[in-house]
Amino acid sequence: MLHGTSIVLIAFAYLGLLFAIAYYADQRADAGRTVIASPYIYSLSLAVYATAWTFYGSVGRAASDGIGFLPIYIGPTLMIALWWIVLRKMLRISKQNRITSLADFIASRYGKSALLGGLVTVIAVIGILPYISLQLKAISTSFTILVQYPEIIMPAQVGAVPIRQDTALWVALILAAFTIAFGTRHLDAAEHHQGLVAAIAFESVVKLLAFLAVGVFVTFGMYDGFGDVFARAAAEPKLRAMMTPLEGVGSYGNWVWLTILSMMAIMFLPRQFQVAVIENLDEKHLNKAIWLFPLYMLAINVFVLPIAFGGMLHFPDGHVDADTFVLTLPMAQKQEALALLVFIGGLSAATGMVIVETIALSTMVCNDLVMPVLLRLRPLRLNERRDLTGLLIGIRRGAIVLILLLGYLYFKLAGEAYALVSIGLISFAAVAQFAPAILGGIFWKGGTRAGALCGLLAGFAVWLYTLLLPALARSGWLPVVLLEQGPYGIALLKPLELFGLSGLDEISHAMTWSMIANIGAYVGVSLSVSPNADEHRQASLFVDVFRHTGESGGARFWRGTASVPDLYNLLARFLGSSAADNAFGSYANAKGLRWPDKGLAADAELVHSVEVQLAGAIGAASARVMVASVVKEEALTIDEVREILDEASQVVVYSHRLEQKSRELEAATTELREANERLKELDRLKDDFVSTVTHELRTPLTSIRAFTEILLDDPDVELAQRRKFLAIITKETERLTRLINQVLDLAKIESGKAKWIESPVDMKEVIADTLAAMGQLFKEKNIEVEARLPEKISAVTADLDRMIQVMLNLLSNATKFCDGANGWIKISLLELDGCVRVDVHDNGRGISPEDHGTIFSKFRQAGDALTDKPLGSGLGLYISRQIVEHYGGRMWVESRLGEGACFSLMLPARTASAVGET
Amino acid sequence: MTKKILIADDEPNIVVAIEFLLQQSGFEVVVARNGDEALELIAARLPDLVLLDVMMPKKNGYEVCTRIRECADWRHIKVVMLSAKGRDAEVNKGLSMGADMYVTKPFSTRELMARIKSLLDDGA
Repeated sequence: MLHGTSIVLIAFAYLGLLFAIAYYADQRADAGRTVIASPYIYSLSLAVYATAWTFYGSVGRAASDGIGFLPIYIGPTLMIALWWIVLRKMLRISKQNRITSLADFIASRYGKSALLGGLVTVIAVIGILPYISLQLKAISTSFTILVQYPEIIMPAQVGAVPIRQDTALWVALILAAFTIAFGTRHLDAAEHHQGLVAAIAFESVVKLLAFLAVGVFVTFGMYDGFGDVFARAAAEPKLRAMMTPLEGVGSYGNWVWLTILSMMAIMFLPRQFQVAVIENLDEKHLNKAIWLFPLYMLAINVFVLPIAFGGMLHFPDGHVDADTFVLTLPMAQKQEALALLVFIGGLSAATGMVIVETIALSTMVCNDLVMPVLLRLRPLRLNERRDLTGLLIGIRRGAIVLILLLGYLYFKLAGEAYALVSIGLISFAAVAQFAPAILGGIFWKGGTRAGALCGLLAGFAVWLYTLLLPALARSGWLPVVLLEQGPYGIALLKPLELFGLSGLDEISHAMTWSMIANIGAYVGVSLSVSPNADEHRQASLFVDVFRHTGESGGARFWRGTASVPDLYNLLARFLGSSAADNAFGSYANAKGLRWPDKGLAADAELVHSVEVQLAGAIGAASARVMVASVVKEEALTIDEVREILDEASQVVVYSHRLEQKSRELEAATTELREANERLKELDRLKDDFVSTVTHELRTPLTSIRAFTEILLDDPDVELAQRRKFLAIITKETERLTRLINQVLDLAKIESGKAKWIESPVDMKEVIADTLAAMGQLFKEKNIEVEARLPEKISAVTADLDRMIQVMLNLLSNATKFCDGANGWIKISLLELDGCVRVDVHDNGRGISPEDHGTIFSKFRQAGDALTDKPLGSGLGLYISRQIVEHYGGRMWVESRLGEGACFSLMLPARTASAVGET
Repeated sequence: MTKKILIADDEPNIVVAIEFLLQQSGFEVVVARNGDEALELIAARLPDLVLLDVMMPKKNGYEVCTRIRECADWRHIKVVMLSAKGRDAEVNKGLSMGADMYVTKPFSTRELMARIKSLLDDGA
């Protein structure tokens, strides 16, 4: 049997277990062997998002709205996809500036404004109170129900219970004690609470397991699986309606707003900021969290609808609150152990939320609300107290107790009028007001302090009017007529139908107006009020955080005089002397010095470092004030700040340009190298050409010189011999002339300066002319020439002289290579496929196929070019082919070694009409 | 005793000129048209001096010269390289193959004769 005492004992034992885990993790962290440096732990700690609201409230919401509970989990899943862009930036900024809380983040972004930090704190505390009260309500309700076991009786009106029996108050006080134990062991709020994170990760596992256990029990124990539950629900007309929840435009609008709202909540709820940003150990953990966290959300939502349907089927008369189905279903089935597990799971979800939320809020209250005020109150003479660490811790502890008591107060004031989810959404709407200032702050340099202040005030005012005021009115603390008729009967100002906007639910209505007011004021005022130097600097440091690397980024903006002892004493007063020694020691170490060391300069970098350390304890705004009190600072003008920023951005621009230049240079170098290779190749070709040409020139010259000298030296050479010698001289001279002409011809063709005449040429005529010119040679060499020419052939477009040059070349080649004894040459001319073709066939030694390509190159002749004595200049075929190709034809050879050769050329025929024209 | 000289060159007109000059000076002349023929004739006739054109079919002048220097029986044979290639690298290559002299075309007939005679006198 479950007794009140045993339940309380078990609850305490569970809290003790959480504390033991936290204690162990803290010990390990102190020893330098962290247990939470894992993306899995990080993801589980993010699941602090799932509170008693999820644990009990989702089923309640599903019982009234069907799948209306889903946007609360779709939103985070969508948002987490953007984390790589948004959260990574916030992480980087927070680490560089030792940000301690959400309020600190916003204050720091807008010129370290204490006013803004205070405002954010107030909004956060007031906004979150309903949410905390929700947790208190969940714990006390579940406890009250459980002690009635086996009866299922809904708790009586809380207000009617005398204070000593008021469970919620006891819960609040106990949780306050635990939170103090968990969260205020270390003074430096920017430091990680490793024990806390470990405990949160553990409680995330417990609440998930407890919820899954109930889900499995209801779905598979009470019914026969998902299909059975849904089928039975569909049989009830009332339940069937829940399965089609989206009716009308308003419903879709509500869905969209709820999704957006929860997208903001996962980022800007103080506890989410605490676990996701402040407690993050490694940016890389985001990579896994991006899919692990949505997976957790999915797992904890799978059984929501089955449990809701199960509850409604089991308690059809409606006397059991749907928010309690998770607990009452096992109780109704007499599952004591399961009911107890559910109670522990719910307790887990609630305590996790309350502890992290109050730690985050107490840090904000201490650093951004209380300290700035205390430090400014002269009569307190805080500046003269040597050690303020005790005071800081005291303030935080006080804040924790106060926040929980305020949460309890809200519970007493408004707790019963609303379901769990509705209470939570009011809080979501409050923290969503931070979105414009934060998102604008990290992506838009133009956002200013005045803009952020106005935006937050406007959004918060609308929130107060449209959400908090109705909540108080419904609970009977304000006249309900205010809601029904508007203040002074002005219908346009009705809090739930502001300016006549109706058809949306309360939250969507409030979000619409508050976001219009908030964003409008933020952007409008930012654009119309110019920022001061501090704001300008912080805007740049936040928005361009990935460009300003290292903590010294901010040091560039400080100018003035300071002394090392003053700075040390300042730090020691707030952090204690051992922490101050540590900080100065590691700073000196990084400079290659020892602490204490006279060489340590009180320069901008040290001042900045001390300010950042201090910010980790008391927030950026207060740290700024405190540092300013011990140093003599020369304020920078906005122009100077701009100048420094310009320098920084110019450096970036320069390095970009340098990179680009070096890339260009590299490309140019590659190009040059390639060009150089080409030039080298050309140079080599030219060398070869010159060497070959000179060789070709020297050979006839040698004969000419030799014979000339012979004849000169010896006048008595016989006449016959003399004639022979002179004939050789003449021939060699002709050879020289021919060679020179060909070289010049080649030069002309290659340089493109050759004149190309285009006229109709009859190849029959060309062949006849060439044969006539060479008749004598054939006779001398005893070569039989056979020409098969058709009666009529189309003309080609070419230059008659050039064509004769080509034919001469082909025929003289054939003559040279002809069989010495029985040489013959066959020439044929024919027309096919619109082309005129000439074949010159000889019975010489032939050309091996591998030489077919090279014989058309310059100075390349059949056989080994080095050893085979050229019979001509080696330019003839090359030039001939250039000519034929110029006139759009082609030239090739078919031959095998020892079987003669057939050189062919083909030129396009002119059309009949074309011949007639010219 | 009449000295025997082998001319190895595939440029017929040049052969005619050198042959005429050598015969005028009282040498016995043997003519080869390519590298292979030159080596055959060297083996068959054992000339005292070989005039080697570098650019010849079959085997070029460098190869023939190397063969001559490889054979113990032919050590005494003087080798004169004749070439239209007159760059230092080519001259050095010829000399490093064991040629006694490298003459660039076109040459002075008087000088060529004088040098051939002096080469043969040295060896005698």
